[in-house]
Amino acid sequence: MNLLLQHLVVLPIIIPLMAGAAMLFLSEASRGARTTLALASVLAQLAIGGVLLHLTSDAAAYIWQEGVGVYAIGNWPAPFGIVLVVDRLAAVMITLGAIVSLTTLVYSISRWDRPGQPFHSLFQLLTMGLNGAFLTGDLFNLFVFFEVLLAASYGLVLRGGGVARVKAGMHYIVVNLAASFLFLIGVALIYGVAGTLNMADLAGRVAALTREDRALFDTGAAVLGVAFLIKAGSWPLNFWLPGAYSAATAPVAAMFAMMTKVGLYAVLRVGTILGADDRLGAALFYLGLATLVTGSIAMLGAKHLARLVTYSVLVSTGILLAALGLQVDALTSPVLFYLIVSVLTTAAFFMLTGMTTDRTRVADPPGEARGGSAAEISPFYVGYGIKEPSVQPDDDEEIGIPIPATIAFLGLMFVCCVLLATGLPPLPGFVAKFMLLSTALTQPPGADGSAAVWALCGAVLLSGLAGIVALSRMGMRLFWSPIARETPRLRVLEAAPLALLVALCIGMSIGTGAVTNYLDAAARSLHQPDTYIRVVLAQRGGEHAEEHAR
Amino acid sequence: MEIVYALAIGVLAGSGVWLLLRPRTFQVLMGLTLLSYATNIFIFGMGRLALHQAPIIEAGHAVDPTLYADPVPQALVLTAIVIGFATTALFLVVLLALRGMTGTDHVDGREPET
Repeated sequence: MNLLLQHLVVLPIIIPLMAGAAMLFLSEASRGARTTLALASVLAQLAIGGVLLHLTSDAAAYIWQEGVGVYAIGNWPAPFGIVLVVDRLAAVMITLGAIVSLTTLVYSISRWDRPGQPFHSLFQLLTMGLNGAFLTGDLFNLFVFFEVLLAASYGLVLRGGGVARVKAGMHYIVVNLAASFLFLIGVALIYGVAGTLNMADLAGRVAALTREDRALFDTGAAVLGVAFLIKAGSWPLNFWLPGAYSAATAPVAAMFAMMTKVGLYAVLRVGTILGADDRLGAALFYLGLATLVTGSIAMLGAKHLARLVTYSVLVSTGILLAALGLQVDALTSPVLFYLIVSVLTTAAFFMLTGMTTDRTRVADPPGEARGGSAAEISPFYVGYGIKEPSVQPDDDEEIGIPIPATIAFLGLMFVCCVLLATGLPPLPGFVAKFMLLSTALTQPPGADGSAAVWALCGAVLLSGLAGIVALSRMGMRLFWSPIARETPRLRVLEAAPLALLVALCIGMSIGTGAVTNYLDAAARSLHQPDTYIRVVLAQRGGEHAEEHAR
Repeated sequence: MEIVYALAIGVLAGSGVWLLLRPRTFQVLMGLTLLSYATNIFIFGMGRLALHQAPIIEAGHAVDPTLYADPVPQALVLTAIVIGFATTALFLVVLLALRGMTGTDHVDGREPET
């Protein structure tokens, strides 16, 4: 047990790596074994996420020094070796990632994962990259995990083939490769000036820099910030995003909902540790506002559901960036709450796009393209034990048109997703936006900040209105239009994860108190990076003492 | 030496960016390659340029670190080269796939209307 606790922090990276590698040795025929392995790996990650949440909370503060867990890879002491650090924010992100990957994996098993070998391996490597990016305490290591994540996503976005996908995938690869080079240049500049890559060590050294060095350091940090913003999908660096996300198959797009948030996480983490600049905050605010406005306009113009959902990702990114840009410490907790809600919503929404079989997707999923085999493997006609869809009752007394159960379920889910995405009560989208705006209004940033706050409020509310207009129009077209089209079949494996995500959101609005308490603590520790820095570097002292003893 | 070094990085990065903005996929590929060269040389330069200095310090006795080259950027460059090379190779595959599917090497998958 003690050994497990000691190595717990590295497990979210090791488990998917091992699972992904082991799958390569399984033949294409052993589908059951591969699926079991994938599910076991994701479930283990979820369990570890839960344990990490507990260990970093106040309830278990005695286990790790001040609730921050540090793992020195290869037992090299902190500023020289690479450390993995888990604090509250990292624990939240890992758990969120595990929830999304579990639901997405179950969703994909129904038909999207065939042929399965590369899909499942890539999926595991993607989760490994996600977890690594959340855990690492080293800038260059962050780059490496970003690349692991991106390399897996390059493979996943191309799944299903077709000209549109390959084209969107190519644009995605080019933009992200260029962003990676920017990332490297930023990291190299920072190393060249400060002489370290460990984030905790950097924080101490930044203060000691001379003025000339400081200018160079800021340049490096700015280049790094641009790279993060490209990954986060901030305007004007997000033109690659709609194409890639709407061309990807539904489960891949649902995973991508998590990926843009990695860029935001990096902005938040590196920004708070290195001590954000006022100019940086203003830049973030205006970029976020521009992302928000352009995303809302694009939502109004979108013609396909997948595209519409993609633009709602941009809107949420815009809100998050603009709120972070106000640089009010009290806003961080509502920002995190909104981040969680928006990730769950977008994942659910992308799943929905894969279930409404109309022209909203670029092409059919791979399972469909191979003829009727998919239908034979999963013959669950009816979701939720209701009778066969599109059944016609014989009696003539019936008034109106019977709504098939599938359409009823999909419609209900669609309504829930719309409520979540646009921020209408009673779902947590409303709670998140309300907390965000009320905190911003009660604690304006500085003397001249109230104009910025009002601009943000106006933009957020108008974007909600635009979202309602766009989504209700889309909903009418999808569910009410008189075009005779086949009723989509509902598969339990697809419906259950979707329902689970929506139920989780509803649960979040019931348990808002508990969630916000935890997030408040996470935000507090983010804005007092001294604890983080002390714990990471204290580990060096311990190691040295041990060496001397020997 | 620094001037020559900086000029080399500048030329590589400049031509890389120019090629990256071209409409043909092969030019984009070449642009990415040149950009990755520029980035790698830049990372290496961040360890300070030095002649005849080893990056490995012998164990056992105290040494003056100014007499040695910085090994960290060299290690970073190795990692960056591997990652950059692998992703560029992947890009090459996608490039060929798109070329085969659309019959054109334009990045948009179709020739612009003149």
